[in-house]
Amino acid sequence: MRVLSLGRWLRAGLVLPGGPASRHSGDRHSGHRPQAPPQGPAQVLLQKVSVEVLEHLEQLALVDFRDSEGVERLQKAIQFADQLHEVNTDGVEPMDSVLEDRCLYLREDDVTEGNCTKELLENARETVEEYFVAPPGNIPLVKLEEQKTYLQGSK
Amino acid sequence: MAAMATMVAAGCGGVWCRARQRCARWPGPGSRPFLRAQRAVVCNARGGAVSAGKSGLAPWIPVVGLEIHAQISSNSKLFSGSRVQFAAPPNSLVSFFDASLPGTLPVLNRRCVEAAVMTALALNCRINKKSLFDRKHYFYADLPAGYQITQQRVPIAVNGSLSYSLCIDNKMSQMVTKTVRIKQIQLEQDSGKSLHDDTRSQTFVDLNRAGVGLMELVMEPDMCCGEEAAAAVRELQLILQTLGSSQAVMAEGQLRVDANVSVHHPGEPYGVRTEVKNINSIRFLAKAVDYEIQRQIQELGNGGTILNETRAFDSKLGCTVPMRDKEGKQDYRFMPEPNLPPLILYDAKSLPANMNHQQVINIDWIHERLPDLPSVKREKLVEQYGILPEHSFTLLVWQQDQNCNSSQASEDGLAEFFESVVKQTQMKPKKVIGWILNDLLSYLKQHSLTVKESPVSSFLLADLLNLLEKKEISSTAAKRVLAELWKGEGKTPLETVKEHKLELLQDQKELEQICQAVIDGQENEVMAIKAGNRKVLNKLIGLVQKKTQGRSNPVLVKQLLEKKLSE
Repeated sequence: MRVLSLGRWLRAGLVLPGGPASRHSGDRHSGHRPQAPPQGPAQVLLQKVSVEVLEHLEQLALVDFRDSEGVERLQKAIQFADQLHEVNTDGVEPMDSVLEDRCLYLREDDVTEGNCTKELLENARETVEEYFVAPPGNIPLVKLEEQKTYLQGSK
Repeated sequence: MAAMATMVAAGCGGVWCRARQRCARWPGPGSRPFLRAQRAVVCNARGGAVSAGKSGLAPWIPVVGLEIHAQISSNSKLFSGSRVQFAAPPNSLVSFFDASLPGTLPVLNRRCVEAAVMTALALNCRINKKSLFDRKHYFYADLPAGYQITQQRVPIAVNGSLSYSLCIDNKMSQMVTKTVRIKQIQLEQDSGKSLHDDTRSQTFVDLNRAGVGLMELVMEPDMCCGEEAAAAVRELQLILQTLGSSQAVMAEGQLRVDANVSVHHPGEPYGVRTEVKNINSIRFLAKAVDYEIQRQIQELGNGGTILNETRAFDSKLGCTVPMRDKEGKQDYRFMPEPNLPPLILYDAKSLPANMNHQQVINIDWIHERLPDLPSVKREKLVEQYGILPEHSFTLLVWQQDQNCNSSQASEDGLAEFFESVVKQTQMKPKKVIGWILNDLLSYLKQHSLTVKESPVSSFLLADLLNLLEKKEISSTAAKRVLAELWKGEGKTPLETVKEHKLELLQDQKELEQICQAVIDGQENEVMAIKAGNRKVLNKLIGLVQKKTQGRSNPVLVKQLLEKKLSE
């Protein structure tokens, strides 16, 4: 069950700056190493993001790289984000929020919300006796072999 | 030693029997190489349980680490203002934020932070004055946002310790204190509840619990068997309950424990660990851990391997089974929570001058107001009343009924009851404690009652003990009176004594006459006593007791008999 079809978005021409690559840091993905801005053609990069990584991403984020164009977009996005590595950040603490100097507001422990069952359930497609209904959890995704041929076949 | 173990193993022929042996492989203080048929894997004094395999093979050292989630006791949730309550109409305690509707933001609940700080202080942790919130991503129906807000990079507290007591043998006459290190304590959100309807292939989701504040306590793998794990969790429960930071009732899901178990040979690196979930009570925790240890030993002994997997404990079968849902290693893609600035805590020194009092959490202020922890309370009881440490332990221990379906803190019960009785009676605390722990407690357990529900109040018991102390009744008679009082018919001890004619005979002359009569009637015994066999005297005492229908003071009777016999 695919929730988000990234490929479709990319084909429509929407550019997502950073995209999934914004969560990339260091060498968390085994198939990709941080390096200086590449000079070679896009095909050289294609090998860098391995099929395993793509499958892994598809499983985690429930995105769908339906064709090679989607994969290429991903490569370009990673390439774009890699420019960050040009900057020397030795000894500098990473900033993760522009709010870091703000005060975290502390709320008093009072009950001020809730009791809106009807409103909440209105949004759900299917409900049963005030419960949300969802399909059973964690259906295994399409098997590895079938995925491989799918991706390879579309190239 | 190995031979003995093998012999028994061969005789019993089962994995469980092997588990029940404790075989010391190396000498050391406290390591006793004999068999205990009653308990599963027992840890020796060095802290490592050693289970002898078949002859010649190296022993295994089990390693147990716990991950505990304690639901914070608060009125509202961690990041929203919806109520925290067990058992309410589905989806009635859910705000827009809890349902993860767009346009909502988390707002941190002050009480939850205070609860975490209290717990961290009680567990000797170092509190991080600046801690951060992160998102942990995974997909599940009861996690509407697709991520959980937790503290992965810099949690609120680290490097603490939990001390707990363990009895070496089953009689609780020897207690040993052990410590487990706390790696960290972090604040995080709870998820909603899923009810699976397998027949129609659907899941019902109730978000009442989604967003409730949790304290996750990660312990270092310092334990070696189910018993240690159970004792540690019991002590933690007591501490949390004393602090009030969590009610920690396992049956209501306020305390959830996952166990990480692995085994390895001494000197070798740690083995592959499995995670055991779905443990619903402390009793099951001990069972699950011990089962998993044995399963791993058996698997490795047969040449198999242990998978790094998650297993569920099946309480009916008493075993762990692989959980189908968790396949492959999870990648949670942690990222900083962009909507929450760092959480800053202050102490007396760093307290900012001009800040709103309500917006500031002062660690020192909280520290000063911490209540006495259970270990301190126990020490005080021992010091004040001169009772034994193990008695003090029982007074404060968490009581659970047979099915572990409800638990009652004797916090509000046994210790207070004991102290109340001591105040109202002349009997020494050392004697009172026997009546509390042996008689009262066994009645309570037999009838599954809490201390508050006891038909015998502290006042009544004190009254009864006073009669005993003043020697108006014998201790046998006192036990009978207690049995009568237990019926809860509202009679005082004195009334009961009179009704059943249990008073001790006060008339010395009458007693002397009875003693003489007994002596006259038992010529053989008298001769034996005069010849030097003192034990026969007890028979005579018994006969006097019979004649007086238990209304004679045995000590006095003995004196009288001895006097007469020496004439």
